[in-house]
Amino acid sequence: MSADAGHASAVLLAGRTDRELIDFVLCEARLLDEGRLEAWLDLYAEDGGYWMPLAPGQTDARLHASLMHEDKLLLKIRVERLRGPRTFSQQPPSRCHHLLQVPTVESRDEEAGVYLTRCAFHYIETRRDEQQLLAGWATHTLVDTPAGLRIRLKRVDLVNCDAAFGNLQLFV
Amino acid sequence: MTRYADRPDAIAALVRDTEIHKDCYIDDEVFRLEMAHLFANTWVYVGHASQVPQPGDYHATTVGDHPVIMVRHQDGSVRVLHNRCAHKGVMLVNDGGSGNTGRHFRCPYHAWTYRTDGTLLAMPLREGYAHPHFESCEAQRGMGAVGAVEVYRDFVFCRLNPHGIGFGDFFGESLSTIDNMVDRSPEGRLEVAGGVFRYLHRCNWKMLVDNQTDTCHPMVAHQSSAGTAVRVWEQAPAGTTKPMAVEQFAPFVSPYEFFEKMGIRVWPHGHGHTGVSDSIHAAYSAIPGYWEAMVAAYGADRASRILGEVRHNTVYFPNIMVKGPIQTLRLFKPLAADRTLVESWTFRLVGAPDALLERTLMYNRLINAPTSVVGHDDLEVYERSQQGLRSRAADWLNIARLYDPAEHVQPTAVTNGTSEVQMRNQMRAWVHFMTMSMKDGACAPSPAGQTRGMAA
Repeated sequence: MSADAGHASAVLLAGRTDRELIDFVLCEARLLDEGRLEAWLDLYAEDGGYWMPLAPGQTDARLHASLMHEDKLLLKIRVERLRGPRTFSQQPPSRCHHLLQVPTVESRDEEAGVYLTRCAFHYIETRRDEQQLLAGWATHTLVDTPAGLRIRLKRVDLVNCDAAFGNLQLFV
Repeated sequence: MTRYADRPDAIAALVRDTEIHKDCYIDDEVFRLEMAHLFANTWVYVGHASQVPQPGDYHATTVGDHPVIMVRHQDGSVRVLHNRCAHKGVMLVNDGGSGNTGRHFRCPYHAWTYRTDGTLLAMPLREGYAHPHFESCEAQRGMGAVGAVEVYRDFVFCRLNPHGIGFGDFFGESLSTIDNMVDRSPEGRLEVAGGVFRYLHRCNWKMLVDNQTDTCHPMVAHQSSAGTAVRVWEQAPAGTTKPMAVEQFAPFVSPYEFFEKMGIRVWPHGHGHTGVSDSIHAAYSAIPGYWEAMVAAYGADRASRILGEVRHNTVYFPNIMVKGPIQTLRLFKPLAADRTLVESWTFRLVGAPDALLERTLMYNRLINAPTSVVGHDDLEVYERSQQGLRSRAADWLNIARLYDPAEHVQPTAVTNGTSEVQMRNQMRAWVHFMTMSMKDGACAPSPAGQTRGMAA
């Protein structure tokens, strides 16, 4: 099937085009960089989550440690904390920037409305005079809902996930 | 010009009954003396025997700043060797490395080899050393083993110096916390499981140790994390089941009264724990199948006693903290006066449901990871303290809360949980083990002195 034919059939099945999926992933990172964290949180499905493994190629989030493995409640706690008046580790606040490769659509299940994308990144997190650079790739499992596309799972694989880190306070 | 080396009086003067001099935290010379004396005279945690189950299995780590290898020898015993080739000093294994070395370690530089007890096995062109001068060389000793090793219920400790306080004398009744953690396994056995968090702190290692029994910071420093968790959770619809994460966060912001009542116990030689009669780990939901497994193993009475012990943080002086009810161990590895690597390890209770390990891992992730909001709260104040102590406006940190002169003659005691007695206890032990090998200069922190002191 040619790329054009694939695009046409996707439209016929009322699925999402590659462009829509790519734009969604780019927008997600941009919201983080712009500090629009409530809008960012709204991109997650109610049963959505965020996973940053601790080991390369990790498959188990339950019986192996992860840097982050959070449902929407924990993400919401994190977002609210960042803005809290007594959150001293954010005085002054951290800032971040994602430099993204154009995401690729890895798989699509139009019937279920589930799509998998992969996006390589360089990520900068900075606070006061310190700046750290992290690299890796994010894998988004996106799901079509009546309200639009939502994130079921964002998995972030850091190239150096098993390194010793100082504080990582924002969202990669 | 040194101010503290070979001056036990000057070291002792850094610790008053209710104050600690800032040089204990910020002075590079004091740090070097800690590495040479404190970490050589005390029993320091190396690792867990489950990390090296088979002969030849090894795990490379540090004792203070001293590179060592924990290895299972051919005879089945656990050895702790200096991680240093006798030839040019190359580390046989990179720090943090683990694996199986077979019957010997082989240096990657010139292929000198060592048995897993540290003795020199062979080197290429051996005939080049067949002269009487080599026999008098230090290299004859091979890698060499540390001064003493003790494996207590699979927890491996070592003392770098060949002479000094015995293991049982050093830890005494404090071993009851390790006992309780191990007894929580229906099979009486723990295994390191689930990976380790490695979190870099730009502060002195003792700030972390002090914080383990500081019960008056959670409701302040962690209001931003645990307090927010409680507030967000309160917005959930009525009747929603409280998630495990909220169960773990919420007790951090208990009122002062809770921490006062939970109590604190100190033991000789700098050990102590918070949570004598109650703790932030006391009210977790039951995990299906666990109680039944414990009763089958121990009977209801003993199972009840084991699980009724809910100690919060136990400090094993100098640099680990153990949480029995949640099966974690934090190792505070000193890197420099103002740098510490915190390793947070987790254990599986062998024979218990997987959900126990899941809870342990969640706690470790929420509280001890470099991504932990609770960790962020703590590290911020440690780093501000490390910088603030450089002020010349004052010289002393205060540890006076609930000081009682009687504590000098009561080395084992239980008291109000908000007392800073354990910090005072630690620093008294600090002076003792810092100065005990300074008196005659035999272990003075000169390179030659250290070599004599360590090798045996």
